[in-house]
Amino acid sequence: MPSKSKQEWRDTTLAGVLKRFPERQERFEISSGTEIEPLYTYEDMERLDYTEALGYPGEYPFTRGVQPTMYRGRLWTMRQYAGFADAEESNRRYRFLLEQGQTGLSIAFDLPTQIGYDSDHPRAEGEVGKVGVAIDTLRDMEILFQEIPLDKVSTSMTINSTAPILLAMYIALAKKQGADAAKLDGTIQNDLLKEYVARGTYIFPPRPSMRLITDIFKYCSQDIPRWNTISISGYHIREAGATAAQELAFTLANGIAYVQAAIDVGLDIDAFAGRLSFFFISQNNLFEEVAKFRAGRRLWAKIMRERFGAKDARSWMLRFHTQTAGSSLTAQQPDNNVIRTTIQALASLLGGTQSLHTCSRDEAYATPGEEAVTLSLRTQQVLAYESGIADSVDPLGGSYFVEALTNTVEQEAMAYIEKIDSLGGALAAIEQGFIQREIQESSYRYQKDVESKKRAVVGVNMFVSPFPKIEGLLRLDPEVEKRQKERLAQVKRDRDSEQVSVALKRLEETARGVDNTMPAFIECVEAYATIGEMCDVLRGVFGEQKEFLIF
Amino acid sequence: MTEEKIRVLVAKPGLDGHDRGAKVVARVLRDAGMEVIYTGLRQTPEMIAEAALQEDVDVVGLSILSGAHMELFPVILETLKEKGVKAIVIAGGIIPEEDIPALKQMGVKAVFGPGAPTQEIAEYIKHAAAEGKG
Repeated sequence: MPSKSKQEWRDTTLAGVLKRFPERQERFEISSGTEIEPLYTYEDMERLDYTEALGYPGEYPFTRGVQPTMYRGRLWTMRQYAGFADAEESNRRYRFLLEQGQTGLSIAFDLPTQIGYDSDHPRAEGEVGKVGVAIDTLRDMEILFQEIPLDKVSTSMTINSTAPILLAMYIALAKKQGADAAKLDGTIQNDLLKEYVARGTYIFPPRPSMRLITDIFKYCSQDIPRWNTISISGYHIREAGATAAQELAFTLANGIAYVQAAIDVGLDIDAFAGRLSFFFISQNNLFEEVAKFRAGRRLWAKIMRERFGAKDARSWMLRFHTQTAGSSLTAQQPDNNVIRTTIQALASLLGGTQSLHTCSRDEAYATPGEEAVTLSLRTQQVLAYESGIADSVDPLGGSYFVEALTNTVEQEAMAYIEKIDSLGGALAAIEQGFIQREIQESSYRYQKDVESKKRAVVGVNMFVSPFPKIEGLLRLDPEVEKRQKERLAQVKRDRDSEQVSVALKRLEETARGVDNTMPAFIECVEAYATIGEMCDVLRGVFGEQKEFLIF
Repeated sequence: MTEEKIRVLVAKPGLDGHDRGAKVVARVLRDAGMEVIYTGLRQTPEMIAEAALQEDVDVVGLSILSGAHMELFPVILETLKEKGVKAIVIAGGIIPEEDIPALKQMGVKAVFGPGAPTQEIAEYIKHAAAEGKG
């Protein structure tokens, strides 16, 4: 043990130097504004009980990782979020990515698909195939997964309001391909609470939305046991401007609301909790992000075991996907984005993520092109195979700084969760505008800090210089919208319209009643009912949600 | 002498839910002394033009990140004209540089892309509104 305490060092050695050479900033802080000390030592760890706070990988509270072997056993899933134009075009991109060594698929849907409008709906004008692939009926899914066997690939689908429909299509397609439902592996986002505050693709009011979500929990626990039924997402909350602690807190608070909703409809916690998954961002502050991931695992394990009394160890595990931060990417000097993405990817891996999407350098302009996406995938491959970071579990565990930050982020997140509990839970906090206001305050403060240069953005507010234009941005062929509308019309001509109306009628009756809606969705998609038709039925039964507008 | 406040409509056309930029800009403009009306998400051209008319705004700021600007902006500009709204139209969001000349041709006065300082937007509006009223 050193002869000197940290305070003594501060008063003597450090103070002496600071008199002559002051620090370059008055204050150093993490995203929540909490101050960072110049040094962390063993003293900061003295009150840390190893077993209680850290434990071993694969054991409660999983601070050091959810699996005992982590990346020594199997590397994380490299999963680039992609989808563009129509099903043919996207299928080509998926097969290209798989050929390049990607290990899982991640489907981006266009906005009409996400909001429940068919491609020929007036509200879909100009949006078809823009931010993802356009899907109207099962026919599009058949094309989307051509030559991709569903029992051999894990597929993540970023879909929320229309998640039951896309899941039903996936199940129906698997049946057509002859794949065993029990072997289907993948994830649907299915997280509506964050849509109301950050991402914006809600259709229905919260209560029926929660019912659709718990229907999926129940259906999957019986029929597709390996499916991740939800991806409780902090990503969009952070992108909307939240701090790291807010991202973690609001995500876990939403998680608590889903678990409670499932318990309230009579589900046994250990029957569904092991299939809950999470989705976080990785931002630029490397150590704060690592701390956030570690704190998240510890917090969720405690919540599940102590608050909800889950008994199965799998129910305690916070398993998560990470995406690097799109909002951190700049239009100025876009090559710098490759470096930002590398640091963020590194943080998520040091934080023990299960899968990762790395953003591309051209994202401040457009949906990424093929060359840019390949570079992003190569970034992960260099980290995986060359850097050595995958060779030991939780390599930053025990770092004085990282452990102290892990505690800080955990405490800050816990304080928010308690506040949200006192407001009546996540949904009540959203209805009261609490979460939206907190996010907006942080986002406003961030913008002020950038413009006052308190926060540096290289190439934007410092080291500004001319930069070459990005060439070859991806552009959507205007023919795509036309082609998609034609295919939709063709499907409508070919299908048995009697079968469609019977299925839609059954969906309506089920939605009005209490039975699980999933079988009714499957019946609809198998009859080639469109997403718009199914959503119109549900709009009639459930009503539509207006924006919880706080400004 | 009381100076009349500049009235700005900040609108989100299209279906995307990325409102961080729109909300920050709206707040900055309000802090700069303007009267700001924020529409919320998923506004149709008709809704935007109607709000601009009802609120009698000097400036309409369109924020879009879905990539549907080339389809939606002409319709918005047309609908504004039909309703006799004379406001200055500016835009922001994810808009590739190569689209900007065409947007200006349509009548969008300025486009502020990612990284544009909000103060620059506020200054632009002050000058443009002064000229427009002058």
